[in-house]
Amino acid sequence: MLSTYTYPKYEYRVPPEIATGRTLKAPVVIVGAGPVGLGMALDLDLQGIPVLLLDEDDTVSIGSRGVCYAKRALEILDRYGIGDAVCAKGVSWNVGRTFFRDKEVYNFNLVPEPDHHRPGMVNLQQYYLEEYLVARAATRPGIELRWKNKVVSVTQGGSGATLTVETADGMYSVEADWLIAADGARSPIRRMLGLEVEGKIFMDRFLIADVVMKADFPAERWFWFDPPFHPNQSVLLHKQTDSVFRIDFQLGWDADPEEEKKPENVIPRIKAMLGAMDGKAREFELEWVSVYTFQCRRMAKFNHGRVLFVGDAAHQVSPFGARGANSGLQDADNLGWKLKLVIDGKAPASLLDSYSEERVYAADENLMNSTRSTDFITPKSRVSRTFRNAILSLAKDHAFGRSLVNSGRLSVPSFLVDSSLNTADTESFTGRMLPGAPLDDAPVEKGGAPGWLLQSTGNRFQLMLFVDNPAAVDVAALSALDFDGIRVEPLIVARRAGSADSLACVHDVRGVAFTRYDAQPGTAYLIRPDQHVVARWRRFDKAQLRAAVTRACGRS
Amino acid sequence: MALNLKPNLAEGGKRYFVAYAPGDDFYELLINAHRDLSDEQSELLNARLILLLANHIGDISTLREALAIAREGV
Repeated sequence: MLSTYTYPKYEYRVPPEIATGRTLKAPVVIVGAGPVGLGMALDLDLQGIPVLLLDEDDTVSIGSRGVCYAKRALEILDRYGIGDAVCAKGVSWNVGRTFFRDKEVYNFNLVPEPDHHRPGMVNLQQYYLEEYLVARAATRPGIELRWKNKVVSVTQGGSGATLTVETADGMYSVEADWLIAADGARSPIRRMLGLEVEGKIFMDRFLIADVVMKADFPAERWFWFDPPFHPNQSVLLHKQTDSVFRIDFQLGWDADPEEEKKPENVIPRIKAMLGAMDGKAREFELEWVSVYTFQCRRMAKFNHGRVLFVGDAAHQVSPFGARGANSGLQDADNLGWKLKLVIDGKAPASLLDSYSEERVYAADENLMNSTRSTDFITPKSRVSRTFRNAILSLAKDHAFGRSLVNSGRLSVPSFLVDSSLNTADTESFTGRMLPGAPLDDAPVEKGGAPGWLLQSTGNRFQLMLFVDNPAAVDVAALSALDFDGIRVEPLIVARRAGSADSLACVHDVRGVAFTRYDAQPGTAYLIRPDQHVVARWRRFDKAQLRAAVTRACGRS
Repeated sequence: MALNLKPNLAEGGKRYFVAYAPGDDFYELLINAHRDLSDEQSELLNARLILLLANHIGDISTLREALAIAREGV
């Protein structure tokens, strides 16, 4: 098979504990250096917490696996310092085509919503994402990454977890105050702790291939329902970086995965598909082939004392809608600042219950959406198939039909509107920036240089204060917002250019931020370190802010 | 009343953050209503459903238009 990508081999070093026989003590240990474990390490590093990250392997994901990174994940990756790298290497696509049998039913152009820094999604093979995350982690002195270090046992006590780690040179022990399991769908940590994960397995198999096209090919997403070249099943073609295309063939439950993976069986399928596209003979080579089944399930809760579960270890969805790595990165986004407050003794350990609550809520939304897509793509009964086909037959001519076609819904972040950390509105606001909402971006200028609102947020609590003239801000009233050790940093969003003394200040050059946040001069938003709205008021009031901060830290 | 062919589903009092949500809500309800039914039972359910909705719509010219479009694609 061809190779457009050279897999890095990360260096294993003999852990010093092997020679000394000492037990390693660490405030936080993360198990699993996939996208979510690496993201988690970078998030905690931003919070100033040293991290030991253990991985049983010494390279990145084999095969493309996750291919689609949605806007919220890109914004989180911006916080982690690799958003630009991912967007520069990734492929943007806007045109999607949907086929039913031999006809194109409709196409759509997902024009990115204007005035956001990041697009709705980019496509990129997972190994690139992991490579960039590893490179970033390597620049951070607070992150120690140990390759070929496999956790073989774990026990939990009241003040932490004890791990036995196996290497080529022997075993050693680690005592972690906090253990984060980012060790994937089959999570050995979860299994070793005897914890359950509930849900259902879908009785279907998919063939998944990375194919290198030798000729130009449009950067589009093509989805076929019941095509003549693969009757009664679905097929997806998706563009990635380096002329690599991802092709998914639904095979059905009875397919033999080992047979289907053989190039002599895969190649004719791809030839038939390409032939059906435009009849042109196209040269291609296989790069990677796999057959997968999937499960839709989650743990009842994601925090178990001193052990916290993130990503696939906590929840698994069908791949339709790209909700695996995207939701896992949002777990890390949600957990980092909370764990920091708990470790520092500034919030009760029960704040971590809100991690579970909020991410269970998001996981359920992801499970619901991906299950709905699965049920549409692979109908489970005759009547279900009839309805699906009826929708496809109406979609060509009627907008309502198109709105019902579900070949995977783009991953968007949950609005955590029911979170116990929010403070409910007491005044009237329009728009969607309600408590629990992930922040909308907006183009702003900072010190005369163009940039984005989200670039001025994240990693700490902030009071976003909307004003007309920044020079008129009462700086003294805002300069020492500290509530029992929780600092709230003001961010002035001003209609006019200028500065507000020493306070961070952005100029809402085109008024987009004011509109998106339904702001008037005086409007104040309390923002979480993970760029979500906590509370908002028409006028800043320190007592109300204190109450909202207290609530957002789980102190009440 | 002309037949509305634009997306038109929504649940009163529910706030949607993505455009596809109400349509997907409905489709799930529809498919769930058929769960565990035989093909014959499903056919009967569909017939009853059409009759209920037709009566609710009331306007026969609207129904005539819908029937014509439905028939066209079969």
